[in-house]
Amino acid sequence: MNFPVSAETARWLALPMGILFGVLLHRGGVANYNVIVNQFRFKDFTVLKIMFTAIIVGGIGVLLLKGAGHAQYHIKPANMLGVSLGAALFGVGMVLYGYCPGTGVAAMATGSLHAAVGFVGMLVGSVLYALSFTWVEANIQTVAALGKVRLPDITGVPDWGWFVILSAIAAVVFRLIETRFKPATAPMISSGESKL
Amino acid sequence: MLNHSRCNFLLRRGSVIPNDNMKKPNCPSGACDDGDHAQAKARWNPYLVGIGIGVLSWIAFGLLNEPLGISTALSSASSVCALPVIGSEGVAHNAYWVKNPLQWNGGMLFLIGTFLGSLLSVIISRTFRLEKVPATWSQQFGGSTAKRLLAAFLGGVIIMFGARMAGGCTSGHGISGSLQLAVSSWTFFLTMFVFGILTALILFRKRASASR
Repeated sequence: MNFPVSAETARWLALPMGILFGVLLHRGGVANYNVIVNQFRFKDFTVLKIMFTAIIVGGIGVLLLKGAGHAQYHIKPANMLGVSLGAALFGVGMVLYGYCPGTGVAAMATGSLHAAVGFVGMLVGSVLYALSFTWVEANIQTVAALGKVRLPDITGVPDWGWFVILSAIAAVVFRLIETRFKPATAPMISSGESKL
Repeated sequence: MLNHSRCNFLLRRGSVIPNDNMKKPNCPSGACDDGDHAQAKARWNPYLVGIGIGVLSWIAFGLLNEPLGISTALSSASSVCALPVIGSEGVAHNAYWVKNPLQWNGGMLFLIGTFLGSLLSVIISRTFRLEKVPATWSQQFGGSTAKRLLAAFLGGVIIMFGARMAGGCTSGHGISGSLQLAVSSWTFFLTMFVFGILTALILFRKRASASR
């Protein structure tokens, strides 16, 4: 099964991992309101670059770990109505807030006052959900509930096939972004600019 | 470089919020304030950051046996906020917090670590600054702090309600779920992006008068 690490060790390992995650979010530029909002306006593709790279690198590694018997999948159930409605609200909220939950927490540490106020909003939002949980669970999460399914299950395309497809999409999209597109927000200070 | 020094000159001194009448010829996006430039210098290549997060998820799956996520821990913490509203009895009997109780588990430590890590990075790179109204917002809605804070609060309420209904957020669904090729997570990822784009189209539509 998994690598022999006690539950207690694993629990405390989560702290340095969170710290690394926070450093990566900040250094990746996604603890910045402008970067996130401009992704949705197609003026900055940092969010897409980070997420898609993480999905492919993470996915291939976890697939190999699982193949070697060192990892298990943790699939969230595909309650299609709940996931779709929730994701729709999430998209609206993300543009209004300008952060997602993780980057909002990271942004608070950078001195963003509106990230902190939105954090309070997030606490209120989860309280509201907890209060409506029983109703939502009974009336929404039961609609089109497909269970813990994966793309390979419903398409017949095997895992590696999906990662070949995703890598190909990423290669094309990243190339287009890098060659055709000039970011509007907080440009990276790259060697290309030093000619000025 | 010319860009940067020009913007720095215009917008130096912390709390200056770009004002509507201020022409910023070299900053078409309006995002060129000094803090953004300091941040830009501190930024790493996004592909390397993506690889870093990918490697973190190997460790999460291999050692912790738990995918990376933020919103589950955050919503368990919200039970504390509900105490004054519905009382400890109410919280204890709430079906959601029974299922997702507040505890010092890996998820909570990861959430705290995320804050500490960002703080550490901000201190090391000396990019800490108080931001009340970000440039992209003020360009469209003006420099009112109250207006921005209200929007951030509302956005926070909506995003978290959505995250809980969907069963995860950008990290739990968007990255950890998508990398497992979960149907739920790809549905989340695509739907979230579509509605985010629609919201941005409405919120940041071109106004008849360039500013107000």
